Amino acid sequence: MTDLDERPRTAARTAATPARPARRRRPWRPGLTALLIAAPAILVYAYFSWGPILSSLVMSVQRVVLTGQSDFVGWDNFAYVLSDPGLPQATANTVLYTVLAIVFGFPVPLALAVFISEMRSRAWYFSALAYLPVMVPPVVAILLWKFFYAPDADGLFNTVLGWVGIGPLPWLNSPASAMPSIVLETTWAGAGTAVIIYIAALTSIPGELYEAAELDGAGIWRRVWHVALPQMRGIIGTMLLLQIIGTMQVFTEPFLFTGGGPQGATKTLLMTIYDYAFTRVDYGAATALSVLLALVLGLFSLAYFRLTRSWSRS
Amino acid sequence: MSLLSLGRRRPAAAPEPLTRTNISDADRSRPSVRISLTVGHVLVLAALIIAGLGPIVWLALAAVSPTQDLIRGPFSFFSSGVVQWENLGIAWERGRIGHYLTNTAILAAGSVVTTLLVSTTAAFVITVLRPRWGKLLSGAILATLFIPGIVSLVPLYLTVRELPVLGFSLIDTWWAVWLPAGATAFNVLIISRFLEAIPADLYEAARIDGAGPLRILWSIVLPLARPILGVVGLLTVVASWKDYLWPLLVLPTPDNQPVSVALPRLADQTELSVQMAALFLSLIIPVALFLIFQRQFLRGASMAGGVKG
Repeated sequence: MTDLDERPRTAARTAATPARPARRRRPWRPGLTALLIAAPAILVYAYFSWGPILSSLVMSVQRVVLTGQSDFVGWDNFAYVLSDPGLPQATANTVLYTVLAIVFGFPVPLALAVFISEMRSRAWYFSALAYLPVMVPPVVAILLWKFFYAPDADGLFNTVLGWVGIGPLPWLNSPASAMPSIVLETTWAGAGTAVIIYIAALTSIPGELYEAAELDGAGIWRRVWHVALPQMRGIIGTMLLLQIIGTMQVFTEPFLFTGGGPQGATKTLLMTIYDYAFTRVDYGAATALSVLLALVLGLFSLAYFRLTRSWSRS
Repeated sequence: MSLLSLGRRRPAAAPEPLTRTNISDADRSRPSVRISLTVGHVLVLAALIIAGLGPIVWLALAAVSPTQDLIRGPFSFFSSGVVQWENLGIAWERGRIGHYLTNTAILAAGSVVTTLLVSTTAAFVITVLRPRWGKLLSGAILATLFIPGIVSLVPLYLTVRELPVLGFSLIDTWWAVWLPAGATAFNVLIISRFLEAIPADLYEAARIDGAGPLRILWSIVLPLARPILGVVGLLTVVASWKDYLWPLLVLPTPDNQPVSVALPRLADQTELSVQMAALFLSLIIPVALFLIFQRQFLRGASMAGGVKG
């Protein structure tokens, strides 16, 4: 945040000199031209970013009537949303999704990156292969994996499991395994980005640190543990927070894989919001729940910015 | 991890003076290390080929298989000895994949234009022109990074349904996707950081030579910022290509929908082989893009980490 404003040293200096005529050079006053150049950004952000954010706050305390006057209803929407019998399960599902995504999705990319960064020649193929699933459009991936997840013994994954003697799994068809199945696919789809980011972080670690550790007698594994990972603390924390913020807003995968089923086992908070707004057309409830979720995620965002700021300074 | 390093090219002369990584040359000469590295190499490569390339190859084979073979078993390709090339044609013609792909491309192209226009001009005003209200603008743009997208989903939909003040609706028009795509604060941030790395003397000199803001934007900033604009453009294309929920909401007429929204509907109506062909056709363009622009993509991805870090 501050970085953007860091440079106006010259501007600050001229502003600090009090007497106007004493200025050595006529300051650049782009004035109207600057406003004109910024106009597209101002309009687009006003209409599609700030406007909706503000109206979201307003709508959350209203009974929204699109064709007439909306009534102020105070905290009614929040009370309604919080007492919705479906909320605990949706919250639990969303948290479960996030936790599973971290459990599945965190160690593998990290380990891959540590390994790939040691490749002297073919690192490029490795990272390109790891990144390939990221390029598969989510809808294509979901429809394909839905076929892979076929629950009978003929399903693709079950066939493969059959080779090693593991019986057919129900995958998306049982409440217990549906969410892990969805997370498995999203991990596959998203791991590539994390791998590339970790590789970039690893290559920026000064070699002297490894050298020093080696002279002190630390073996390869101890160097991973005591040099590489501590050096990556910042980026690992950042990725963790970003992943939490992202996964708490998951929609497409549960929506297309299971539609929230079986027995509500994969219905997430965002799907609940979608239902409020577009099935029951209760915009007040939808925005109230959005605001609540955003408040929680806002705390994570704040932590994320704190973290990145301290990290980029170091 | 600084973004500044992006603009810099490594000197081409020395062929990789390899900064050392964890495993040193001395380690590499030890047989135990060499063997485990080679074994790891093979295992990891195999795993990556299965996970990264496997599904794509499987889909390519399934796309030209008869439905019967797919039902018989997921690995019994061409067990009936038939290669059904016409699947692709049927998906293209009757499934109208070509039409939907064109829509997707139009949505992506427009999103790139609005994103680049909005983000570049905003970054230019904030970092180069620096009007007194520039801080307010940058603060207001960056503040949106803190606010999760979810909070504005429903009001954004209502905004697009009827634009405040202007009073018309963007529903079922391309603008409903193009315009909101422009409001991505992340892009303003990375372009701004790039522009800050350009020495201010350059702008100063141009100004003294009498160049106005527009001229500086056009003749100095845009040419210099080309690498970053390319990366932002690519990231926007991919994001737009992947988007599902937003186009689903704002483009209710099937004729206007991108392929991501059309595919699930198609999947319910068509037989398996044609379905697979449709999926495959929707996959080849992003994969081809990746193969052509590999470096930019991987750089873009690592840069995302650089900015975040």
